[in-house]
Amino acid sequence: MSAFRGLVRKETLHLLRDRQTLAILFLLPVVSVLLFGFAVRTDVRAIPIVVVDVAPDAATRALIARFAQSEQFQLHGTLRSEATLDALFQAGTVRQAIVLPTETDRRLVRGERVVVGLITDASDPNTGRVMEGYAGALLRRWHAERAGVAPSGGVSLLTRMRFNPTLESVNLFVPGLIALILTIVAAMMTAISITREKERGTMELLLVSPLRPSAVVLGKVAPYVVLGMANMLTVLLAARGVFGVPMRGHPLVLLGASLLYVIASLGLGILISTKAETERTAIMAALAGLLLPTLMLSGFIFPLEAMPRPLWAISHLIPARWFLTIVRGVMVKGAGLADLWRELAILAAMSVALLGIGIRRLAIRLP
Amino acid sequence: MTTPAIETTNLTRRFGDFVAVDAITLSVARGEVFGFLGANGAGKTTAIRMLIGLLAPSDGEATVAGANVRTDPATVRRRIGYMSQRFSLYDDLTVRENVELYGTIYGLSRAEIRSRMTELLERIQLTASRDTLVRQLPLGWKQQLALMVALLHRPEVVFLDEPTGGVDPITRRRFWELIYATAAEGTTVLVTTHYLDEAEYCDRLSIMVDGRIAAMGTPAEVRAQVGVSTLDEVFLTLTRAVAAP
Repeated sequence: MSAFRGLVRKETLHLLRDRQTLAILFLLPVVSVLLFGFAVRTDVRAIPIVVVDVAPDAATRALIARFAQSEQFQLHGTLRSEATLDALFQAGTVRQAIVLPTETDRRLVRGERVVVGLITDASDPNTGRVMEGYAGALLRRWHAERAGVAPSGGVSLLTRMRFNPTLESVNLFVPGLIALILTIVAAMMTAISITREKERGTMELLLVSPLRPSAVVLGKVAPYVVLGMANMLTVLLAARGVFGVPMRGHPLVLLGASLLYVIASLGLGILISTKAETERTAIMAALAGLLLPTLMLSGFIFPLEAMPRPLWAISHLIPARWFLTIVRGVMVKGAGLADLWRELAILAAMSVALLGIGIRRLAIRLP
Repeated sequence: MTTPAIETTNLTRRFGDFVAVDAITLSVARGEVFGFLGANGAGKTTAIRMLIGLLAPSDGEATVAGANVRTDPATVRRRIGYMSQRFSLYDDLTVRENVELYGTIYGLSRAEIRSRMTELLERIQLTASRDTLVRQLPLGWKQQLALMVALLHRPEVVFLDEPTGGVDPITRRRFWELIYATAAEGTTVLVTTHYLDEAEYCDRLSIMVDGRIAAMGTPAEVRAQVGVSTLDEVFLTLTRAVAAP
């Protein structure tokens, strides 16, 4: 369709001629990777945990009961062996595991030293550290109770951080940055470019043409898909080049998820432009309505586990939440389609719905 | 050639309780230059938006270039050209890129776009500036170019919404020469303006007051209807009659 190609060409020319904006859009990823070297620490609740108990006895049952009663933990169950542990971590079903030795009760009674394994998912290093602290405290309380007031042998923890053993915070912020930058490019730039045409009156001319409104909108947003993907690659390369961020999973899963996320963001941008009459309103709406939730409610800065219940519920509606889980899974944990199909399906459904609603709303709004 | 280019019967548009366009009935012949006058807020723009298929009528009928705006707005849009009151070419594209964009949108072939661009740019003596960004053109030229772009796909009817706003008298004159040349080729022109001296150039005109057509006919007829000697006085008499309590 040559009219569509004409529109794409025109939109691409707008982008290329606006040198300043273009420079910002390409510097933004690099600068943010360098800037976001800090992280935010906070506490965590309802950590999904599993206990590997090869030889259950009174002491281990008491420990399991403690985990079950704690608000900080959500006991996922007990296992008899470590065989399925990897899969559980990979899928994100559990974020922490306790591995108990044999003859726990007897050792405690005898005053011998008990060595307990504590494995923590550290793909989010802050949360990882906090989770480790909580579990350690609970284990010490349990030991004090079982071994008497003055334990002779003591409990020693054999801790291990999974996925991100050195607790690099770059591994935490790079996925978040990808989400943030794609939101800016796809949603904000789309909203701006559509409202700009509304404001200047050029949109009217496109709508008076024989083109369907949906074709006008698709022609306008197509170049931003390309720009968004280019930006994502920039972040990845910068993160890899400067900080050596890993890519343990398949890059294609990441690219696919990014494409879905860009489409969802485009839909949000179009939705903003149906309401906003001026560029300025569009920018403010995108900042308040999209960037803040992407920053705050996606798990980028504040762990989902630490959110108050209502906010945690709202976070499910935010595409960035699912996108982030996927990006972290692929990059840091090496997860694949089998582990992430649920998140991918949710993201795909969101992107189709948002783009569809956006185009339909805009088409109704414009005439 | 016998059917009118634009024909409306009791065309009405309401926004809630407000009647923006109140049962207007008019007929514009093919090849005519029709002036569509009225004070700000009189309902001109709403009426035009209905005629170009951007706004559905609440009541009444309108046929433009042989197609019904209510039932077949897509055909209407294919057969008309439109130049909005706000300058509406892309500033950051060159003259050529703007023309090419509208050419592809209206489904013209590359060869058609090239030959019509040559012809239209020659007509407004802009050929030498075809690779200049539109932003760098003087306003008068931009507006002439916008008119040429509106005519690119050879529409049967062209709607010009205040095309001469803000340009100097010489350019306005030049612009009206282009309008006449367009009408001479058989294209119907409906033009809105605030300049009453321009209204004298029209074959026929209508004056809208509060959503209704208060007077219609050739400039001489309209002056005679109201019983005054200039269109200025016609305009003031009609708008004041309504404004009085």
